[in-house]
Amino acid sequence: MGILRILSKKQIRGKLMSAIPSGPRPKHLTIGRIGMYCFILVCAIFFLMPLYVMVITSLKDMDEIRAANILNLPKELSFYSWPKAWSQACTGFVCEGLKPGFFNSIKITVPSVIVSVGLSAINGYALAFWRFKGAYFFFGLCMFGAFIPYQVMVYPLLKIEDALGIYSTLPGIILVHTIFGMPILTLIFRNFYASLPIDLFKAARIDGGNFVKIFLYVIIPMSTPITIVAVILQVTGIWNDFLLGLVFAGRDNQPMTVQLNNIVQVDYGVAEYNVDMSATILTSLVPLFVYFISGRWFVRGIAAGAIKG
Amino acid sequence: MMKNNVEVKNISFSYGKTEILKDLSLDIREGEFMVLLGPSGCGKTTLLNCIAGLLDLTDGQIWIEDDNVTWKEPKDRHIGMVFQSYALYPSMTVEKNLSFGLRMMGTAKKIIDDKIEKAANLLQINELLKRKPSQLSGGQRQRVAIGRALVRDAKVFLFDEPLSNLDAKLRAELRYEIKKLHRDLSNTMIYVTHDQIEAMTLADRISVMKDGLIQQLDTPKQIYNKPANLFVAGFIGSPSMNFLNAKFDKTNQNLIVGKQHINITKYENINNLIDGQEVVFGIRPENIKIDKNENIIKCNVELVEPMGADTLVWTSIEGTPISIRLEGSSNYNLNDEINISFDINKSSIFDNKSEERI
Repeated sequence: MGILRILSKKQIRGKLMSAIPSGPRPKHLTIGRIGMYCFILVCAIFFLMPLYVMVITSLKDMDEIRAANILNLPKELSFYSWPKAWSQACTGFVCEGLKPGFFNSIKITVPSVIVSVGLSAINGYALAFWRFKGAYFFFGLCMFGAFIPYQVMVYPLLKIEDALGIYSTLPGIILVHTIFGMPILTLIFRNFYASLPIDLFKAARIDGGNFVKIFLYVIIPMSTPITIVAVILQVTGIWNDFLLGLVFAGRDNQPMTVQLNNIVQVDYGVAEYNVDMSATILTSLVPLFVYFISGRWFVRGIAAGAIKG
Repeated sequence: MMKNNVEVKNISFSYGKTEILKDLSLDIREGEFMVLLGPSGCGKTTLLNCIAGLLDLTDGQIWIEDDNVTWKEPKDRHIGMVFQSYALYPSMTVEKNLSFGLRMMGTAKKIIDDKIEKAANLLQINELLKRKPSQLSGGQRQRVAIGRALVRDAKVFLFDEPLSNLDAKLRAELRYEIKKLHRDLSNTMIYVTHDQIEAMTLADRISVMKDGLIQQLDTPKQIYNKPANLFVAGFIGSPSMNFLNAKFDKTNQNLIVGKQHINITKYENINNLIDGQEVVFGIRPENIKIDKNENIIKCNVELVEPMGADTLVWTSIEGTPISIRLEGSSNYNLNDEINISFDINKSSIFDNKSEERI
């Protein structure tokens, strides 16, 4: 690495012409490049600012919050808002904090993710390899389903679930998340499988595989990257969902997002901003955590179409 | 004695509205090495997939060992298949790849191990058994793919352009090994390729295909020396056969090419020619001689291509380029005047309209 110096374009051209080209091209810090770094920095600050405000506000006590120096660091650290948000804050008439919501969200998310990802993988596999009659029509239907705003279907679904007797129950909300997740997940899986060499599937058929065996022994072992992508999409999507949880989950199964809303939207008493902030951060921890531990896999999964067996 | 092993009976295959195979029939004898040869898009791979049962026929039947397998699943047809892209299961080791078919059939562990050992010895892949396909070179991968067909005790081996992804040196090596394998196992093998060298070297019989139809089905020698039509004549042989448009003059038994006359008294089927018939005269580069007394045509050297073992000399007759294959040691220069003659015995004459050999 050479020494980085700020040079004008003309100077660079002069320098490049005077030297005998050999080895790697010398890198120079130009004004354009500095401008780009500045822009990136401003963007980062812009997006990190709310997080910063949330974290420091959650660590202030109410007196300091009332002083209204929103950007200042807390003079005295106080952590009481965190346990309060977790187990004491009032959501409506109950004052148990977010804890029940957290476990409700887990009870909703885990089965929904497993069922929707599993079924979509089978769907995608069938669409990509077993060209059954009407496969293209079904594929078109999936495309259509993936792009319809789901608010349109909320009321009909509510009536259906009511008729089935699972409205306002845990299976009810799991079914709804599974239904809404499947079109897009089926597309993702189908496209991934369509990028695998078809000869692999032919070889497996000659080797004696049937629909189930080929899926279990040949396809699933190759599906790791795309499954991780699907799981991330579903976990974050279902965890962050508010509307479906509010409508379909029922009182006993309200997810964390709905309870968070109830904490923040107080109609009486004092708004405790530090508790609100803690509660919000607690609610967003799961998707954040998922992104952080799976970022590497996520990128790999997106790029996986480029890797051929 | 010569029992048919695979019988393709009047099959048709259409993909949507495109007809790829049209009423095609083909009998493959027991232990025969049959090569399906043709340019891309001629339907040879489709035919192979139909025999394997990977595609459903539009019409017709497939028989393997006196058993109508038309509606049977690929796994029940006792076949092994080797693909151009190797198609090894990337998540399994070589050993698991080899044993996959047997495991699916529920074969006992001991028998599986025996068969894998036998196949691995035959293909010299013993050291690779614990590796994943991604850790193998192209040649090794294709060996494993062949091994996978071997362990299944297939009655018929199907090869779908197995050497096309390999470099020239490896291709020659594996070609030799496939031939040896056929000599040792004497299974029926059906081999699809667009490479005429592979076809010529490996085949007991070649079926040359074009547009979903078999153009000629015969031994490599016959196909090379007595091509059934213009397409086969032009497709087989490199450098390819020379063609001259000509008219037959019955009185002198000559072919008239512009101002030149070629006497074809020696041509085997001369009696089938009609006076004044428009024909195409075909002669292979190695069947043209320089400095002979009969059938002499004067022309000039226009280009010389030394190829080591032989030298290709290009000239032209009445504006049509003609290549002549000579010994590698021969020495000709640009614009040299040469006298050439044709070995009429080894020439082919085709009707201009039907393009069939006369």
